Amino acid sequence: MEVRELICIGCPLGCPLTVRIEGENMEVKGNTCKRGDDYARKEVLSPTRIVTSSVHVNGGELEMVSVKTKQDIPKGKIFEIMEEIRKTAVDAPVAIGDIVIENCAGTGVPIIATKNVARV
Amino acid sequence: MAKHDIVIIGGGPAGLAAAVAARKAGIQDILILERDGCLGGILNQCIHNGFGLHTFKEELTGPEYAARYIEMVEAEKIPYKLNTMVIDINKEKEVTVINKEDGLTTIQAKAIILAMGCRERPRGALNIPGYRPAGIYSAGTAQRLMNIEGFSVGKEVVILGSGDIGLIMARRMTLEGAKVKVVAELMPYSGGLKRNIVQCLDDYGIPLKLSHTVVGIEGKERVTGITIAQVGPDRKPIPGTEEHYSCDTLLLSVGLIPENELSRSIGIDMSRITSGPEVNDQLETSAEGVFACGNVLHVHDLVDYVSEEATLAGTNAAEYVRSGEEKSNCHVVELKAENGVRYTVPQTLDVNHMQDQVTVRFRVADVYKDRYISVYYDGVQISKRKKKVLAPGEMEQVVLKKESFGDYPDLKNIVICTEVE
Amino acid sequence: MKEWNFDAVIIGGGVTGCAIARELSRYQLHTAVVEREEDVCSGTSKANSAIVHAGHDATPGSEKARFNVEGNRLMGQLSEDLDFEFERNGSLILCFAEEDRPALQELYDKGVKNGVPDLKIITGDEARAMEPNVSDAVVAALYAPTGGIVCPFGLTIALAENACDNGVEFIFNQEVKKVNKTEKGYDLETVDGVIHASYVINAAGVYADEIHNMVSGRKLHITPRKGDYCLLDKEAGNHVKHTIFQLPGKLGKGILVTPTIHGNLLTGPTAKNIEDKEATATTAEELAEIMEKGSVSVKNVPFRQVITSFSGLRAHEDGDDFIVGEAEDAPGFFDAAGIESPGLTSAPAIGVYVAEKVAEKAGAAKKAEWKGTRKGFVRPEKLSLEERAALIKERPEYGTIICRCEGVSEGEIVDAINRTLGAVSLDGIKRRVRQGMGRCQAGFCTPRTMEILARERGMKMEDICKNAPGSNMLTGQK
Repeated sequence: MEVRELICIGCPLGCPLTVRIEGENMEVKGNTCKRGDDYARKEVLSPTRIVTSSVHVNGGELEMVSVKTKQDIPKGKIFEIMEEIRKTAVDAPVAIGDIVIENCAGTGVPIIATKNVARV
Repeated sequence: MAKHDIVIIGGGPAGLAAAVAARKAGIQDILILERDGCLGGILNQCIHNGFGLHTFKEELTGPEYAARYIEMVEAEKIPYKLNTMVIDINKEKEVTVINKEDGLTTIQAKAIILAMGCRERPRGALNIPGYRPAGIYSAGTAQRLMNIEGFSVGKEVVILGSGDIGLIMARRMTLEGAKVKVVAELMPYSGGLKRNIVQCLDDYGIPLKLSHTVVGIEGKERVTGITIAQVGPDRKPIPGTEEHYSCDTLLLSVGLIPENELSRSIGIDMSRITSGPEVNDQLETSAEGVFACGNVLHVHDLVDYVSEEATLAGTNAAEYVRSGEEKSNCHVVELKAENGVRYTVPQTLDVNHMQDQVTVRFRVADVYKDRYISVYYDGVQISKRKKKVLAPGEMEQVVLKKESFGDYPDLKNIVICTEVE
Repeated sequence: MKEWNFDAVIIGGGVTGCAIARELSRYQLHTAVVEREEDVCSGTSKANSAIVHAGHDATPGSEKARFNVEGNRLMGQLSEDLDFEFERNGSLILCFAEEDRPALQELYDKGVKNGVPDLKIITGDEARAMEPNVSDAVVAALYAPTGGIVCPFGLTIALAENACDNGVEFIFNQEVKKVNKTEKGYDLETVDGVIHASYVINAAGVYADEIHNMVSGRKLHITPRKGDYCLLDKEAGNHVKHTIFQLPGKLGKGILVTPTIHGNLLTGPTAKNIEDKEATATTAEELAEIMEKGSVSVKNVPFRQVITSFSGLRAHEDGDDFIVGEAEDAPGFFDAAGIESPGLTSAPAIGVYVAEKVAEKAGAAKKAEWKGTRKGFVRPEKLSLEERAALIKERPEYGTIICRCEGVSEGEIVDAINRTLGAVSLDGIKRRVRQGMGRCQAGFCTPRTMEILARERGMKMEDICKNAPGSNMLTGQK
């Protein structure tokens, strides 16, 4: 049996979690909501993260528009995703939720805008 | 002179939520004054996620969270002025503002809501010795240059201070290709949220050195290196523990200070602990009809609580404007922070005029394990709640219900404290 | 390789060099200032006590005594002519023990001999009546009503601008590497070329010995004497109204506590002899010393409100006096060397003296037209509300506040960049209009000031420097 101590990143509470792993079975303790249980299982099996950054905007009222992965992506893919984000620029106008990159770095997850940028 | 019922100073999360609440409480004539070129305040540069779980039950980035409130302000057609700086307010609630379009004008307000936010402590406040080259940034300045303007501020970085902005910037700079060599923290604990240590430092193998500080800055033109050293219990560097890091950038995340220059200019009573105004349960300052909320009142950990607090300030300011008369038959009780509780907001409570319940927010002085948070009315324990961990980086709260005061008609003070047993 | 030709070249754009340049601009001479940094006021002139000394410290008969008293006398009219900030706030020199009274009396006597007007020895109680925060231990004090405070940036920049307006050229980013005697005068080898000059004036601060020794057999030796300072928030600015000194000791005038002309509180300097002429790093020991010794003179100095600390190097010459005038064995080579405290005060007087000597040597007549006045910066803060409203109507950029702590508008920053000898760096803007000088120390206004500088100068953001080339703020585009 393996025991892992984690800090939940599901919300700012940061609950300390204890995960007991026995083969296929997992027991999570220390969480104060379901989010913590989900996080612990994912973190043990295949950890994921949301990636946020910003990309250049052409012809916008602002230089940059902030973006994020629409869902969480495998942790190991973070730098590949950043590589693609860095190469990207978009044309104004941009609205929150607009897809900036489809299927980023082969994850199947799109990069979406998190800010409205009007055209000038 | 222009006249408005409520003038809100600051169009960040506090100002926006206060405006929406005041409008919902029936006040038509509201004006938001924002010194920056857009609404939303510092949220605009906080492009990471983690905002809004309490308010919107989903995890948003800073700009998305701001956009929700900006949409509400737009939908309510609440007027605002951008690039507008308030240079003075006085007891008569005259607000002197300047901007490019209107020049210098004075506005007569019936109520004022202070929502100016906070600023970062600079290097000088820590008296860090060494040279003064380029490449020393407060974390928020670097954050703006990267996220809003799209520039790279450094390639090799040392960060002093493990407040949330420092942690977030450690990850942000790493993602943009910089090498963050170490985060040094003067205190024996981090001032940031635990989740940020996990997902901003641990994820990227960035070492966090607790009880360490910067003792030397090298480089004449641009930073070339930083020396850190361990500190003892007196927080003074221990000779012989120095470690040198070559780097081109030093980011400082060493604390936030409420921006209360305007509050002081009208002689509002200030708290020495929070550096914000002292307020009653209405979030009204010692100047009648002047309310405060958000980071200008006390530095928050989560924007969700800023919105909640600002909503209350907006509602109460609306009530003040509507009733227009001084309250009679007040029963004002002082809230005292004791034994590990550093301060409370509000600092006083009017038992006779309070809402059904009042949320009292506070921070603790140190990291405590397995302690109770207790409330006493005139020395009698009213409630206690056990907490596994209490940390200065996180805001705590207790809720006081109006009905609980029924048995205490002569109540003088309320004590909020931590207790071991 | 570049080549320049001038009648007279001043090495060093500090307060001394700029004062000489301004005075020399009265004469029919083609004059230049060559400065190794990107702007004037970039060495000792930018990091000192900002005090206009009354003149009682220097030994009677010394160059220091003479130029100090004369400089102090000139400062009032000069501040009106050149529109920089100066105030005679008066100074108090504190005596803490009965046995030190003779030393205080000696200081008084020296002052009288030097020609310092209106000096007075007062009791400890009188001192405390004037300054309630002065230490209870004080038994007596020397009161010098002619002591003052000045903006050292404002003074230096005003002198430079006025010199420039009157035809003096300024060559920046050119360190003088070598000075060679020629038939006509001197050749100054700089990093990028050579400057031919008939007359050379050495105002090179801590490097004045090296420059001097290139042409003269009578060697000078300057020791950089480092002084650290702590600058406190404007909230602490009223803690004292006068400049508070301690009775001088061997290494200088002790730790002073003074309001600055802009309403901050300044304490320092320490005095540490060092070897390295570039070592302007503050040290923890010296910062601690300031707090300890500053508290000896003045009660409850609110050191929690320190907003920045900095360090400057005084050019201390072994002979312990200013060396002003033509070098005996190098005709046409004039020194203004060893200019340590009271150098800032003395600069206007040194300027007049050296310019006269150079002009005399060159046989240069005065220009028919010379403009001795200069208009300073418009400071909206100092205007009445009506005047300020009118200004914004006419120049809307004065309505956009960039530096919120000091209330500096876009208009002032644009003025700092576009006027005579305008700023090319962030520090240049800061020293001209105080952007970033306040309690947040440029946290909020740095990005916006960079944008304005880039826009006005047609620069790329990445090329913007804090001060000298190489001090780039950014490391590229994202």
